[in-house]
Amino acid sequence: MKILVTLKRVVDYNVRVRVKNDGSGVETDGVKMSINPFDEIALEEAIRMKEAGAAEEIVVVAVGSDQCQQQLRTGLAMGADRAILVETQETAGPVQPLTAAEAFLKIIEQEAPSIVLMGKQAIDDDCSQTGQMLAAMWNRPQATFASKVVLNGSSAQVTREVDSGLETIEVDLPAVITVDLRLNEPRFVKLPEIMKAKKKPLDVLALDSLGLSESTDFEMASYEAPPKRGGGKKVESVQALVDELKQRGLL
Amino acid sequence: MTKVLVIAEHDGTQLSVATAKAVKGAEGVGAEKLDLVVFGNDPASVSEQAAKISGVDCVRVVSGEDFAEPLAARMAPEIAKMASDYSHLFVASTTFGRDLMPRVAGLLRLNQVSDVMAVLGPRSFKRPIYAGNAIVTVNVPETVATVLATVRTASFAAAQMTGSATIEALESQASDPGHTRFVGREGSSGEGPDLSSASRVVSGGRALGSADAFKVIYGLANTLGAAVGASRAAVDAGYVPNELQVGQTGKIIAPDLYIAVGISGAIQHLTGIKDAGTIVAINKDSEAPIFEVADLGLVADLFEVVPELEKLISA
Ligand SMILES: Cc1cc2nc3c(=O)[nH]c(=O)nc-3n(C[C@H](O)[C@H](O)[C@H](O)COP(=O)(O)OP(=O)(O)OC[C@H]3O[C@@H](n4cnc5c(N)ncnc54)[C@H](O)[C@@H]3O)c2cc1C
Repeated sequence: MKILVTLKRVVDYNVRVRVKNDGSGVETDGVKMSINPFDEIALEEAIRMKEAGAAEEIVVVAVGSDQCQQQLRTGLAMGADRAILVETQETAGPVQPLTAAEAFLKIIEQEAPSIVLMGKQAIDDDCSQTGQMLAAMWNRPQATFASKVVLNGSSAQVTREVDSGLETIEVDLPAVITVDLRLNEPRFVKLPEIMKAKKKPLDVLALDSLGLSESTDFEMASYEAPPKRGGGKKVESVQALVDELKQRGLL
Repeated sequence: MTKVLVIAEHDGTQLSVATAKAVKGAEGVGAEKLDLVVFGNDPASVSEQAAKISGVDCVRVVSGEDFAEPLAARMAPEIAKMASDYSHLFVASTTFGRDLMPRVAGLLRLNQVSDVMAVLGPRSFKRPIYAGNAIVTVNVPETVATVLATVRTASFAAAQMTGSATIEALESQASDPGHTRFVGREGSSGEGPDLSSASRVVSGGRALGSADAFKVIYGLANTLGAAVGASRAAVDAGYVPNELQVGQTGKIIAPDLYIAVGISGAIQHLTGIKDAGTIVAINKDSEAPIFEVADLGLVADLFEVVPELEKLISA
C-alpha cells in the first residue's frame, strides 16, 4: 500500500504574524517557515502505518515555490521515502486550495495511492478546504478532522472531532483523510536522518507541465490587522472583580 | 439576480442556531431570494423550525434514509446539482459546514471563501487568516458562477425566528455512493448551556492539572449558568472532552462574558475569543499574555480564588 502525504510550507506557528504597512500581505521576509503542523501529524500517522507493516511506501507532495523543497526534505528526514514538488511561480501569490487540490489529483493519477493523508487546515490561510475538494474531484470518500484512524483491509474506520464530540465513520479505500491535532504527536527529526534524507529522491514538476495553471480568480484585495482589544486592566481581589462585573451588568 | 441557498444544520430533531447565524450572514449579500435546504431522514420538524427563520423564503427539503446522518459525500452531489439555481451558497463554518462546503466546491471546481466575518457586498468579504492575526478582503469576480462561502458564526447574531417560509419537498437527484458509512457518535452529556452559543463561558487550562480538579471550573460555570470551555492543553491532557476546546482549531465563540482560568493566552486560543464581550483572566503569572487582552485580570492562584469567586457570586 502506498500513502500520499501533502505538506504545506507555512509561517511557523510560534511566529506572531504582522500585516505589511501597505496592506499588500503579511510579512514573510526573514520569518521562520515550517511544515504546517497538521501536515506533520498526517506524515507521522503515515510513518506509523508503515512501521506497523500496513504500508510500503510514503510519498510526500507539496505545491508551491522552489523553497518548499526544505519542508519536503524535512518530511523525508521524518521518514517519507520520496518527495514530489509541484512548482508554482512565486509571483502568482499564495496557492489557492483549488489549485493545490487539482495538482494533488494529477499526482494521485500518477501514483495511485490507497490513502491520502492531509492536514485538516493550513495555519496560514486557515481555509480547511483542500482535502475535501480533492476527495470530491477524485470521486472518493473523505474523512475529515481525524483523531483516530484504524485500517481494516480495504476500508478505514476514522474517528472525527466534530462540534458535538466524536463521530466515527467507515470509508472505503482509496480515501482522503484529513487529520486533527490529537491524532498523534509527531517525532523529532534526528541529525543522521537529515543526512540520509539528502539522498532520497525529490522530483520537481512544473505546475504547467501537469496541464494546470494557478487559479487566480479570487482577488485578495487588502490585508489589515485585526481590531485591537483594549485589555490590560487588573483588579486586586476577588471582591474587586465581582464589583467590576456587577458594574458592567454582567452579574 | 442574487439568489442564495443556505444549507441547514441539525441533529435530526433540533435545528442548530448556527443555521440562523448563517442566514444572517448570507442576508448581507442583498438576496432577492433566500432559500434553505434541509437534508434528513425524517426532517419534518426541523423543516418547520427552519421555516421560522426570518428572511427565508422557501425551505427545500430532501429526505431519505441515506440522509439520516450528515455525510458530506452524500449531500454534496445534491447541493452541486442545485447550485445552478443560485448565485450564492452559504453554510455555517461549523465542523458540519467545513466538512461539506469544500466538497461541493470540488464538485463544481470552484474556489470557496471560508469563515466569512463581514459581508461588504454581494461578492466582497472579509475573513480571518493566520489564526486571526490578519484579516483579508476577498473579492470574487462575476466570472465565478456561484459564490461558495462558510460563515463564521461568532461574527453574526442569529436571525429572528418570526418568519414563515414555504416548505417544499424536493426529490433527491443523486444516489448514495456507498463508500462512506456512518458508524457512531459520542458526545457530551448535553448538560448546561451549549458552548458555541452560550452568553457566559468559563474555560480552564493546563493549570487545572487533572480532570478531577476541573470540578472547580464546572462549579463556577454552574453558579453563573455558564458553559464550560477549555484550552487545547487541557483537552490534550484528557481533563475534558474535545468538544470543549476553544480556539483556532476548536470553537470560535462570542459570549458576553468569558472567564479564562489558568490559561496562558496563546494566539491559537485567543483567536477563539476575539469577539467576546468582556474577558476575565485568572492566572498566577502576571506576565501571561492572556492579560494583554483581558478586560479584567486577577493575578492569583486559581485554586484559592475560584472557589471564593463562586461563593461571592452565589451570596
Ligand atoms: C496548530 C495549532 C493549533 C492550536 N489550536 C489551539 C486551539 O484551538 N485552542 C487552544 O487553546 N490552543 C491551541 N493550540 C495550543 C496553544 O498554542 C497552547 O499550547 C495552548 O493554548 C496552551 O494551553 P494553556 O494555556 O492551558 O496552557 P499553558 O500555556 O501551559 O498555560 C497554563 C497557564 O496556567 C497558569 N497557571 C499555572 N498554575 C496556575 C494556578 N495554580 N493558578 C493560576 N494560574 C496558573 C500559568 O501561569 C500559565 O499561564 C494550538 C497549537 C497549534 C500548534
